[in-house]
Amino acid sequence: MKEGTTHVESLDPQHELQVADPSGFELPQEATSTARRMTLNMGPQHPSTHGVLRVVLELDGETILNARPEIGYLHTGIEKEFEVKKYQQGITLTDRVDYLSNLGNNLCYALAVERLLQIEIPPFAQWMRVLLCELSRVSSHLIWLGTHALDLGAMSVYFYCFREREEIAKIFETFSGQRMMTSYIRIGGLALEPPRGWQKIVGNVIGSVGKGIEEYHNLLSSNPIFMDRTQGIGGLPVETMIELGVTGPMIRAAGIKMDARKDCPHSSYEKFDFEVPTRTANDVYARYEVRMEEMRQSLRIVKQALDGMPSGPWQADAPHVLLPEREKMKTEMESLIYHFKIVTEGFRVPEGSVYQVVESPRGELGYYVVSDGTAKPHRVFMRTPSFGNLQALGAMLEGVPIADSIAIMGSMDFVLGDVDR
Amino acid sequence: MLPDAAAQNPTAVELEKVVPGAIVDFKTAADCPTLYVSSHSIISVTKYLKDVAGFSRLSAITAVDWWPRQPRFEILYFLHSLKEDTRLRVAIRAKETDLIESVSRIWRGANWYEREVFDLFGVQFFNHPNLERIMLPVDWEGYPLRKDYPVHGHKYSYQDE
Repeated sequence: MKEGTTHVESLDPQHELQVADPSGFELPQEATSTARRMTLNMGPQHPSTHGVLRVVLELDGETILNARPEIGYLHTGIEKEFEVKKYQQGITLTDRVDYLSNLGNNLCYALAVERLLQIEIPPFAQWMRVLLCELSRVSSHLIWLGTHALDLGAMSVYFYCFREREEIAKIFETFSGQRMMTSYIRIGGLALEPPRGWQKIVGNVIGSVGKGIEEYHNLLSSNPIFMDRTQGIGGLPVETMIELGVTGPMIRAAGIKMDARKDCPHSSYEKFDFEVPTRTANDVYARYEVRMEEMRQSLRIVKQALDGMPSGPWQADAPHVLLPEREKMKTEMESLIYHFKIVTEGFRVPEGSVYQVVESPRGELGYYVVSDGTAKPHRVFMRTPSFGNLQALGAMLEGVPIADSIAIMGSMDFVLGDVDR
Repeated sequence: MLPDAAAQNPTAVELEKVVPGAIVDFKTAADCPTLYVSSHSIISVTKYLKDVAGFSRLSAITAVDWWPRQPRFEILYFLHSLKEDTRLRVAIRAKETDLIESVSRIWRGANWYEREVFDLFGVQFFNHPNLERIMLPVDWEGYPLRKDYPVHGHKYSYQDE
């Protein structure tokens, strides 16, 4: 990247005329001249960007005239990597995309491949997927809440949130052996049989996290400092937000009821009773309210899943896709052949393409999987919610004071792994 | 002119009336149909789909490389109608040398997606506000998501060691 000065030259001269000043008074003429402008690099190592995002800010005093997000610092070429891995190996890559909601990514990829394979997933596995995805949504929102509050100066919320989040991470560890990169949802079902006594662990966590959320609500919701910092900022016209590709809690805080769990139900979500919270204020505070309500709704879903969990197998009946049980592999010839074939060659997926959408904690997550009939995908494209949301950052920061940019960026809840892939 | 498979799809039939000859192929998939349109009609097609047919949201734009088959690229536009809650894919088949008109004046959000396609596939768009690399450094050589681009290093590979 060249130095910041070159960007000043390439700026549209019209920007000089479009200075929006929120406090309403006219800026003196010389204040908008290029001589007083400053180009400031925010990031890529800035704590409030929560990752390696660089925002090139064009400043006039404390007002942002123009903000240009620069991404790509975390680009790992995961989509290329998919093309040389077998379908079942791809699951481990999906964890690394959005590292705060791994199970949502696992689920989306698994559902896409299952749709191409036309495998029916047994109800127990579907409900278990829903339960774990909702727990991961709560865990992701808790991290967002903690870091967002920390950015705005509320230190204690950060510690409380990470305490509850650790409880959920422990559940994932009990299920899969991993706290974060679980890879627990696999093509055709789950990776392992859920551990004995999981109902008790999950039940305990619903109670403690539910109590925790109310505690944070008491700490923040009517806190005058928090409200002053968050109310009335970060809004854009709803049509612009839709055009820019904003999804998830941000668009719901603008009054659009868009949620893939309701709109295109997957994995038995239609069997659960839950609300999609919306607000109309379209500011940082409304996004906070939406996410808080979403956590409550997620816990409601987890509770329903816990109470009404159907019994049955945790994997589909698809011997050509799923590895056989260890015991069977050692005693039955057929299972041994399947095992050998899956491990050495993988399984072939019928030709075709599918775009599968799930609701990640950040918005619409889509996997477009193209199969050419072999054991490796021809192309996997990830429509990640953070990428679409971040595109609106430039428009949101225009004309706001620099201090508000921290609150606005925090309210977007992007994950840079999800942006750069 | 309209492909037989598309005759069942009301959106395709209506589109054929407004932009005759735009649809060159039609494919169905497990999730939603794909309309293949000619590359020069992409603006009129997307304009119609957004303003009249109600596909107000552009979910994403991406490409698929079918090298060595020609034309090698398939550029896909994932559309979403919020009102009807239906989805549609619009696709263009393009050669390496083809210039595609940018849809960023229909949907502002197309900006980054087209930059990404340009960055990783080398597809050129015209009328784009700022067509430069987005993921990779500006001095990067080659387009990594092309099928003829090696997975293990462009100039250097540990397999050579």
